[in-house]
Amino acid sequence: MKRAIVIAAALVFGGLLINAIVDLPSSPVNLRIAVADNMAKSGVSHPVTAVLLNFRGYDTLLEIAVLLLALIGLMAAGPMLPPPPNQPADAMLQKLARIATPPVIVVGGYLLWAGAFRPGGAFQAGAVLAAAMVLLHLSGLLSAWNAQLLPLARRVILVGGFVLFLCVSVALLAAGSLLQYPPEQAGLLILLIESGLTLSLAAILAGLFLFLSRDNGGAP
Amino acid sequence: MSSELLFAVVGALIFTLGVAGTILVANLLRRILAFNLMGSGAFLVLVGLAQRGGESDPVPHAMVLTGIVVAVAATALALALLRKQHEVKDSEEELTEIDDG
Amino acid sequence: MSAALAFDLLLSTALVWSAWRTITANRLDQAVVMFIVFGLLMTLAWCRLRAPDIALAEAAIGAGLTGALLLDALGALRKAKTARRRQ
Repeated sequence: MKRAIVIAAALVFGGLLINAIVDLPSSPVNLRIAVADNMAKSGVSHPVTAVLLNFRGYDTLLEIAVLLLALIGLMAAGPMLPPPPNQPADAMLQKLARIATPPVIVVGGYLLWAGAFRPGGAFQAGAVLAAAMVLLHLSGLLSAWNAQLLPLARRVILVGGFVLFLCVSVALLAAGSLLQYPPEQAGLLILLIESGLTLSLAAILAGLFLFLSRDNGGAP
Repeated sequence: MSSELLFAVVGALIFTLGVAGTILVANLLRRILAFNLMGSGAFLVLVGLAQRGGESDPVPHAMVLTGIVVAVAATALALALLRKQHEVKDSEEELTEIDDG
Repeated sequence: MSAALAFDLLLSTALVWSAWRTITANRLDQAVVMFIVFGLLMTLAWCRLRAPDIALAEAAIGAGLTGALLLDALGALRKAKTARRRQ
């Protein structure tokens, strides 16, 4: 009975939504033109990067904070079940992971640099680096991370991107309004913030996987 | 109908599927999947509607980029809570679901 | 009907079908695999919407990382079930 009601309601809701989408009048606000007009002052030449890190930089700051919160929540969920008996990793897989990781790091660096001119940027670069770390873990070359025994360097990298972004924002707040880069230094500031974000994002995204994985990371 | 509007309509369909799935399915892991479907449908609507005139608009691109990353973090947290709940409390529905595998 | 619109219709059908199968699959691992397929089809949809940045992020994060997380969770739930059954 509940199933029939919910399916009927979902059909009505879907129909209304599609009707509203198809009948939508054209918007009076044209943000594309506003972004294109201000590209010279943004410090980069790719509009999506300019929006992400300059015009809507506040959203990106909040986003990295939310990621950090999610990671802390995940670490607080506690240690999982006792690990299964250790299986030796496949030698071919280990070889592949060893060969594939340096090019992946180069690709991540390229994506970070190219984000200023063409599609790319901190998020894509961080995701690619995190994928490399997950591959290394799955082939047995990188042990899982233990929330109780986290070395200082790892903590610094996890938090560093957010702290760097926050410091830049506070410094700009002291000089004017929040996250309004001076146009001559905008490119440099964006590159700095993106580098910090890439490293932090790689660590956080890899941590989302590695803190949950089922081996105990070498702890007794 | 332009192809962008088609994708917006498809996004609305996927969103509705996700909503119905979140309410109706019993298994918690499937609920997480349905919730992610809602997110992806919403992203399609966002970009499809903004670009229905034909030119690409960078502002919804940035929003969807943010949304994808936040969605993966939320999914990871939800999966951690699911695994902890499964470990702490016997959940018969998980066991019967995985039994078929 | 141009070839581009025909391709978009095909892609949209595949998107809706994989989303439908994610929810209604009989087995849990089928649902997870269909979700990963959905993520990869979304990457194609982003390319068709002229959003290469989103396509890159969706491929790496949406399909890759989320897929890895889901498969890991599936494996952990299975191991927990066999461990509990052995007790």
